[in-house]
Amino acid sequence: MTIFNKLKVAAIAAGLSLAIALPAAHADEQYFPLQSYRVGPYAAGGTGFFGGFIDYLNLINTRDGGVNGVKLTWSEGETQYEVERGVEVYERLKNNPGVAAWNPLSVGIAYAMIDRITQDKVPLITINHGRTDSTDGRVFPYVFPLLLNPYSETSGIVNYIASKEGGLENLKGKKLVVLYHGSPYGKETIPIYELLAKKYGFELQQIEVPHPGNEQQAQWLTIRRAKPDYVVLRGWGVMNPVALKSAAKVGFPVDHIVGNVWSNSEEDAIPAGEAAKGYTAITTQASGAEYPVVKEIIKTLYDNGKGNLEDKSRIGSVYHNLGIVNGILNVEAIRIAQEKFGKRTLTGDEVRWGFEHLQLDPARVEALGAKGLFHSINVTWDNHEGNGYVTFQQWDGKKWNVVSDWIAPDWTLLRPIIEKSAEAYAAEKGIKLRTSEQAEAATN
Amino acid sequence: MTAIASEFSSSHRIPGWLPPVLLLGVAYLIVPFIGTSYLFEAILLPFLALSLAGVGLNILTGYAGQVSLGSAAFLAVGAFAAYNFNLRVEGLPLIGSIILAGLAAAAIGIVFGLPSLRLKGFYLAVSTLAAQFFVQWALTKFSWFSNDSASGVIDAPALSIAGIAFNGAVGRYLFSLTVVTLLTFLAYRLVSSQSGRNFIAVRDNETAARIIGVPVLKTKLLAFAISSFIIGVAGVLWAFAYLRTVEPAGFNLDRSFQILFIIIIGGLASIRGAFFGAALLVILPLALSRLGSFLLGDVFNSGVLDMSQRIVLGALIILFLILEPDGLVSLWDRIRKRSAAVFGRM
Repeated sequence: MTIFNKLKVAAIAAGLSLAIALPAAHADEQYFPLQSYRVGPYAAGGTGFFGGFIDYLNLINTRDGGVNGVKLTWSEGETQYEVERGVEVYERLKNNPGVAAWNPLSVGIAYAMIDRITQDKVPLITINHGRTDSTDGRVFPYVFPLLLNPYSETSGIVNYIASKEGGLENLKGKKLVVLYHGSPYGKETIPIYELLAKKYGFELQQIEVPHPGNEQQAQWLTIRRAKPDYVVLRGWGVMNPVALKSAAKVGFPVDHIVGNVWSNSEEDAIPAGEAAKGYTAITTQASGAEYPVVKEIIKTLYDNGKGNLEDKSRIGSVYHNLGIVNGILNVEAIRIAQEKFGKRTLTGDEVRWGFEHLQLDPARVEALGAKGLFHSINVTWDNHEGNGYVTFQQWDGKKWNVVSDWIAPDWTLLRPIIEKSAEAYAAEKGIKLRTSEQAEAATN
Repeated sequence: MTAIASEFSSSHRIPGWLPPVLLLGVAYLIVPFIGTSYLFEAILLPFLALSLAGVGLNILTGYAGQVSLGSAAFLAVGAFAAYNFNLRVEGLPLIGSIILAGLAAAAIGIVFGLPSLRLKGFYLAVSTLAAQFFVQWALTKFSWFSNDSASGVIDAPALSIAGIAFNGAVGRYLFSLTVVTLLTFLAYRLVSSQSGRNFIAVRDNETAARIIGVPVLKTKLLAFAISSFIIGVAGVLWAFAYLRTVEPAGFNLDRSFQILFIIIIGGLASIRGAFFGAALLVILPLALSRLGSFLLGDVFNSGVLDMSQRIVLGALIILFLILEPDGLVSLWDRIRKRSAAVFGRM
């Protein structure tokens, strides 16, 4: 029977050697562990976003030789948007040297990582999604729902619908249905819609579509019976085209469906065909390849066969551009932190300091070649969202056209709600609120 | 972890209790000091939780012959019940929450076990699917279960028993190991008791069992209750010790199938089988993924690699089942017998 013990030891040894067999440390490199997903029901989002992110990192390396000479490195682990796999990849990649920040692009995985990255003191970026109250940097020092947290998105959508109706006061008596994805991401906005419905006096019904959402007959029949003025589509992946097609089937007008920030891509509209024509969705970054930074990515990478997207027609698509914007924000956070701490490999906590000073005004955004791609960002130690602006785009059957100005969500309305929720979390977890002095100090 | 010596062991020099004790010695005294956090967080913690779930399902399916596709539902009941007991009952120690969670899972198990009195085989499997879908639906639908958390995700509380905090990867590993050891020992005692023999009698021939005086109804419900209890506790380990966060979607049908595959591949009607099966299903995909990205990571992107790993994993499992339809346990026994024969000749 000792063979079994030997086997056991061998297995442990094998496990250990696997865990140790990581790339060796190099001087002056900053590493991005990528919990990406290129297969499964959300592959379109994953390939586009991580493709854009990697393209931008690659551009910085190829064109500028890194950030002030510090090369950017990365490696990927497939998560399929599943929490267990996300945790496994986190454990696998976290010991690589020079980790800058985590970008899992999954609310479920992000939730599972909050305790872990807070202990590791490494930033966790959840651009355009995530846990809303992590906006409060006093309670969540290392979590950054950059550009647009779910509550701001909700406020932006409600304000847009109000503008179509001729003002917030005209929302009274209107009926709104929110069709949401049955996941942590989808449910995140349930309370804020209820709150806004009470505040503005519109009638509200929120309907869940179970993950992954390829069957929606029942939900749309309910919607037909309810006869709402608008349907907000808070979908993800395959759920979106199915929603648009089912809406057409039950005869709901597509120009009264407003998509949220994860229902706004070409991959959502194209499969729905005719049914998507006239569909409007919110976005933080415009689509299209006419922006200087996207042009440079094409010139530097794709023309030399180094681009990350397999399908070149997706260059400049919504997800690809979001990945590029995410790349800009991550790289600029490192650049800002380097100004303070030196042009070398930074610790996670130093990069956190960089994110907390990530202030890109429209002029700086233009200098980065991203004018019109996104508006601006203004992250501070206690506001981890950074007051991103939104715009609305309409699908004409072939591409998205911007149909609104850059709109500011109602931050002053949302901030007290966010603070209350964050403080409740702090009380439950026994977290002491951070002060600006503590935020200013970064550890090595 | 806990290899139980086979009754048919060809070597009588080693007493039956020795291998599991040695193994536990290694698991308690050596592994905590040499393991990396990756070993604990990504391999051993899911392995322990899934092994325990396998032990639970094996009692129901392997020993009592009742096929169930609802294991993930009982995992979910355990996880959410422990969370709610812990949250809502003031002053209840964690161990109390865990036991109550197991009991809650057992109660749900009995309810969904009632159809087994009339249904058999595939029909029963389909009716346990109802448990799978109902529980997931209820946990998503009623936000009370997740304490009205906006996104339906719950945060696991810190593990501490009698003032001892089980923090960090090693602490949570030792906590899981202790729970798994205790319950596995109880399961082992159970299957070699009169109740265990009743399970087997019901599985092998229900009519014959009834004639010789086995209370079939009681036996089936007992199997459902005990199995669900163990799976419920496994759910607590999954949620509190391994992931430390839970959403209902994490307990989907795939997880039920995974647990069923664990006992089929490991060996039905065998306590050890659950551990073998869980080891294979936890470690093999990771090993393949590591190997794949190590060898081909520069050539293909992670999506292509992941797809090819699935093909390889599926092929390997088919191969295992063709070569050894009785599971890894009997493969292991054969290897052991052969090696004993070889050593005996020397």
